[in-house]
Amino acid sequence: MSAAIQGTAAAEGVDVSAARRPGSIRSVAFHEPTAIAGLAIIGIFVLIALLSPFLLPGDPKEKVGPIFEHPSASHPLGLDGGGADMVKLLIAGTRVSLLVGFCAALVSALIGGTVGLFSGFYGGKTDIALMRMTDYVIVIPDIPLMIVAAALFGRSLTNIIIIIGIIYWTTTARLIRAQVKSVRERVYVKRARALGAGNRRLIFKHVLPQVAPLLIANTVLLVAYAIFAETFITFLGLGDPSVISWGRLIENAFTDDAILNNAWWAIVPPGLCVTLVVLGATLFGQSLEDALNPRLRVGHLSVRRFKVRPLRGKLDSE
Amino acid sequence: MRSFDFVAKRVLFAALTVFVAITLNFVLFRTLSGDAVSALRCRQCTAQFKAYQREQLGLDKSKWEQYTIYLQGLAHGDMGKSLRSERPVTEELWQPLKNTMPMVALGTLFSIVFGILIGVISAWRRATWADRTGLWSGLAFYSMPPQWLGLLIVLFVAGALGLPTAGIKDPTLGILGDASTWEVFVDRMRHMILPALTLGLVLYGEYALVVRSAMLETLGEDYVLTARAKGLTNWATVWRHGLRNALLPIVTLVALSLGFIIGGSITIEYVFSYPGIGLQVVEAIDQRDYPLLQGAFLLLTLSVILANLVADLLYFKLDPRVSS
Repeated sequence: MSAAIQGTAAAEGVDVSAARRPGSIRSVAFHEPTAIAGLAIIGIFVLIALLSPFLLPGDPKEKVGPIFEHPSASHPLGLDGGGADMVKLLIAGTRVSLLVGFCAALVSALIGGTVGLFSGFYGGKTDIALMRMTDYVIVIPDIPLMIVAAALFGRSLTNIIIIIGIIYWTTTARLIRAQVKSVRERVYVKRARALGAGNRRLIFKHVLPQVAPLLIANTVLLVAYAIFAETFITFLGLGDPSVISWGRLIENAFTDDAILNNAWWAIVPPGLCVTLVVLGATLFGQSLEDALNPRLRVGHLSVRRFKVRPLRGKLDSE
Repeated sequence: MRSFDFVAKRVLFAALTVFVAITLNFVLFRTLSGDAVSALRCRQCTAQFKAYQREQLGLDKSKWEQYTIYLQGLAHGDMGKSLRSERPVTEELWQPLKNTMPMVALGTLFSIVFGILIGVISAWRRATWADRTGLWSGLAFYSMPPQWLGLLIVLFVAGALGLPTAGIKDPTLGILGDASTWEVFVDRMRHMILPALTLGLVLYGEYALVVRSAMLETLGEDYVLTARAKGLTNWATVWRHGLRNALLPIVTLVALSLGFIIGGSITIEYVFSYPGIGLQVVEAIDQRDYPLLQGAFLLLTLSVILANLVADLLYFKLDPRVSS
């Protein structure tokens, strides 16, 4: 099947480059400009988060001057409504926001991946039952559900991670299911089955490695959703009161009346950080998904690949 | 007969989803968390009063009994009473709903119009500066947290335009003699524009991106080539042959993003102190008024389910392939 894709693509005069080869994340990550840009943005923030113990001696919330002090040489981004240094707060926020983003995305990917794998691989009644369940969860509005759950279950970081993770798995499940269904029908999987390979071996040896890159791409996108969702929950006062995240900095700026004080430096930077990371994760995740998912021939973000014609019908895996 | 089957199937699915949503609502509020009365924030409440309240709400009965009572109540349109105001939840939600609807409609309309416009121009003038501007502006707005965008608009835009940033009406309006209908309307619009603009911009990003990629796909199809070959103008090719077909995914998208629209409008209404459902939700959370929160959540869920059903049926109407 893979050869068929490449053959058609080549026949249409399309560059069968590294990005084309299904299954190779590395080639996408280092050849697509959008992927490189996205990866660079995420990389910088991850680096800041990892280095935060060295960058941040002491308590970031410590009062170092008058409230909403203007940016100055010693405090390049000024002070917030509690008189704490904005730069330190942002670094502390990076750590928590990324932690929430990655952990929640991991929970989602685990649930969604498992549901999609079982549903696609076993088919039949398992498939129907799991997909029905997914259909119901998809329709419930996610953000209100998260807000309600966060309001009911108490304000801790773990709760928030679990709540976000437990709600965002549906798209992953559908994506993985479609992919697994097409992989399952490939000749080498059928041959392996004929040679007597059990379900477990088929899943772990043949199917999972084929869908793993797509799962990773999807997880990157989920990181963006999760960071976004955290700012929602925290903005409504439902965040963990003991930690500083970007969402919390936006909330603080709002509740401490940064607007009345005209303190743009307390409002703009945390939201800008969220925007940048979400943008980075979207760029990276989307480029990976575009390149790895044969069903999405036309890249959502690519400017150049517009000539590639959709191969719908020839590649129908559902 | 086929079309009847399709419609019946979708309606049945929607009805089942409503049932699932109602049950989820019950499970979330009545069994997984503590009960509403103990969570209520109230200093003067004595233990006796709380026990009385529990009895009033039927919280002393078994879960199964509570569930049937809850279902019976809902069947009669009864969502219980708000703990804070002691008024029926339906009444408490009605006025905010009337405030929210026009604001969300205005914002969504804005985003659909601009999303389609910019998306189509981007796809048509692909790989030019126009496309890049459209793509990156779409991506930027898509990545912004709505509440933050709202704060930025309050900070940088509201002053310049001289628009109010809080509430839904001018407190001085109507003090000096009765205000005319026109004056009331203008005042309403002035208060509605900024929250609607915030919502519209956030959604615009997503819509523009999806319209663009749907259009790119459509413009590569054979029938577009045919349209060009038979000498149609660019205008006719893009709008009549291209967009017509690209509209299908957009219908699905608007329905799917309704959950996000609602979520976004909660934080946006909070930023602009706009007295709609979102602000009501925030206040209910603040005061731990669970019956009110439960009612609001159910209302939001039902509206999303309904919108999905409408989108499904619309899709059916728009796309002959579904019915054949």
